[in-house]
Amino acid sequence: MADGTRTLISQAQLQRGRGRYLYWALLILVVGGFTLVFLGPLYWMVTGALKSGQEVAQTPPTLWPHDPQLQNYADAWNNLDLAKLMFNTFYYAAGAVFFQLVFDTAAAYALSKLRPVFGNVILGAMLATLMIPAMVLIVPQYVTAIDLPIVHVNLLDSPWALWLPLIANAFNIFLLKRFFDSIPEDLIAAAQVDGASPLRTLWSIILPMSRPILGVVSIFAVTAVWKDFLWPKLVMPSPETRTLSVGIYAFSGGTPMNVVIAASVIAAIPTVIIFLLFQRNIMSGLTSGSLKG
Amino acid sequence: MATMTAPGVTTQPAPAPIKKSSKTGRKVRDNLTGHAFLIGAVVCFALFMWFPMVRGIVMSFQRTRRGETSWVGWDNYTRIIADPSFWIAWKNTFLFTALALVVGYVLPFFIAILLNELRHAKGYLRILVYLPVMLPPASALFLFKYYAYDPSDAGLFNAVLKFLHLPTSEWMQSPTMTIPAMVIASTWMNLGSAVLIYLASLQNIPGELYEAAELDGAGVWRRIWNVTIPQTRLILALLAMLQIVATMQLFIEPLILANGAGTQDSATSVAYLIYQHGFFQNDLNGAAALGVIMLIVLAAFSAVYVRLTTKQD
Repeated sequence: MADGTRTLISQAQLQRGRGRYLYWALLILVVGGFTLVFLGPLYWMVTGALKSGQEVAQTPPTLWPHDPQLQNYADAWNNLDLAKLMFNTFYYAAGAVFFQLVFDTAAAYALSKLRPVFGNVILGAMLATLMIPAMVLIVPQYVTAIDLPIVHVNLLDSPWALWLPLIANAFNIFLLKRFFDSIPEDLIAAAQVDGASPLRTLWSIILPMSRPILGVVSIFAVTAVWKDFLWPKLVMPSPETRTLSVGIYAFSGGTPMNVVIAASVIAAIPTVIIFLLFQRNIMSGLTSGSLKG
Repeated sequence: MATMTAPGVTTQPAPAPIKKSSKTGRKVRDNLTGHAFLIGAVVCFALFMWFPMVRGIVMSFQRTRRGETSWVGWDNYTRIIADPSFWIAWKNTFLFTALALVVGYVLPFFIAILLNELRHAKGYLRILVYLPVMLPPASALFLFKYYAYDPSDAGLFNAVLKFLHLPTSEWMQSPTMTIPAMVIASTWMNLGSAVLIYLASLQNIPGELYEAAELDGAGVWRRIWNVTIPQTRLILALLAMLQIVATMQLFIEPLILANGAGTQDSATSVAYLIYQHGFFQNDLNGAAALGVIMLIVLAAFSAVYVRLTTKQD
């Protein structure tokens, strides 16, 4: 990242004569182009939902709403019961963060530091699930959720149907285990000499040192719940338990297009805020997880 | 949980038992503690990953009618394959995967190279590129469906095309444009993560390599070809693999953009067919068989791919 690092084109070349003009022209082009391509559609979405039905159908389209109607947003909020959907999604996301943190950190800690017999076999079996495409498992997972083996419980419309499969997240366990691996063994040995139990070692030594990675796991849990569609659609079938995305989809058939778009904007606001607040953590988590095994 | 001994027990030499047995006892106890920490995750993996994997294969050879399950051999497979949508779905899925690979795979690499050269507005550009990744796919796809792909001239894309004096398109209503339109939407939504991963790997390339190449008289393209690509080869290969596996599971794009099958079945994907069979035609066994076929295709593909990429070394 340091400015001094040499990349494809040398710093000197960019600072002299023709190179300098070219660089600035390119920079303006890229900044303008990217703003148009990545922010433009979002602008179109937010302002489009402010237009009346007539204005949206106008050719050529208007660049900004001439007669802004907050009504579409109000309709979306009231008719689709977005408050309820939003609450559901928040609740599922909060639970997902909690259970992933508890069970995935515990598992990663055991695999990294306690290393019980067959630990490597279990880790291998967990990592192997990363290779299985999600669509392949959707049917047997659904059959499992409607009649849980041994206990014979139906999880439909229960938040556990979302939380339990989310705990089985090999990527999280891998990420956490790698982080724990980097914590020096001496520290843990010292704690043991002082008489700390494994749980205590995890709580007072490992976890405080792992805040960055715990943050990454939490953010990913929230966005995963927020973005997920098919699984919540299948296991949360009744209108009272739906998530935002599923609820909007369910209503999209009989709702005016601008109201659906307004609802989509509202549904996207929380993740966009999370992203703007935590973009550093998200980006570092993304690259640290995928680079070098 | 009783195995999580109270503080002190593990280290204080136990007063009563004989030394030898206390050593094995401690080993057993340590192992039990380790497994106690693992148990929650292991149960979830067993229930929702390992067991369903086996169950999917078992289900594909069974048929459940009115609560009675019986073994039916290859019946589910023959029925699924005889369905005319089966081949259409595979054709569409392969076409989508191939197009998404050409566009969605090459583009992020060049965007990353470009961003890596810029000395200004780095943070801003990174946020822009990654922003669509954070949107719920359903939200983003409704935007494409209603505003971008509006087949009249009021649609965003058609308005832009018209402004540039280019021919407009009917987008999702034209069977030939359905897949390209889905590729555009899917690339817009997903390319951010690939760009950031490439950017991180570009930053690991030692500057001296570029310097040396430049001294040898290599131009910009030669430097990309001879330095950048070989240096990022591993991550390039990995992401190609991941992207193919992800795009082969194409589902939400046809569901929302094309209401499922699309104009003249032009959007039906294999994943959508699994969904149709399993949850609308009350044919969970057929859907399971389709899932197994998908798994085999992807596994075969991965095997060939791994062989091809490792051979070069």
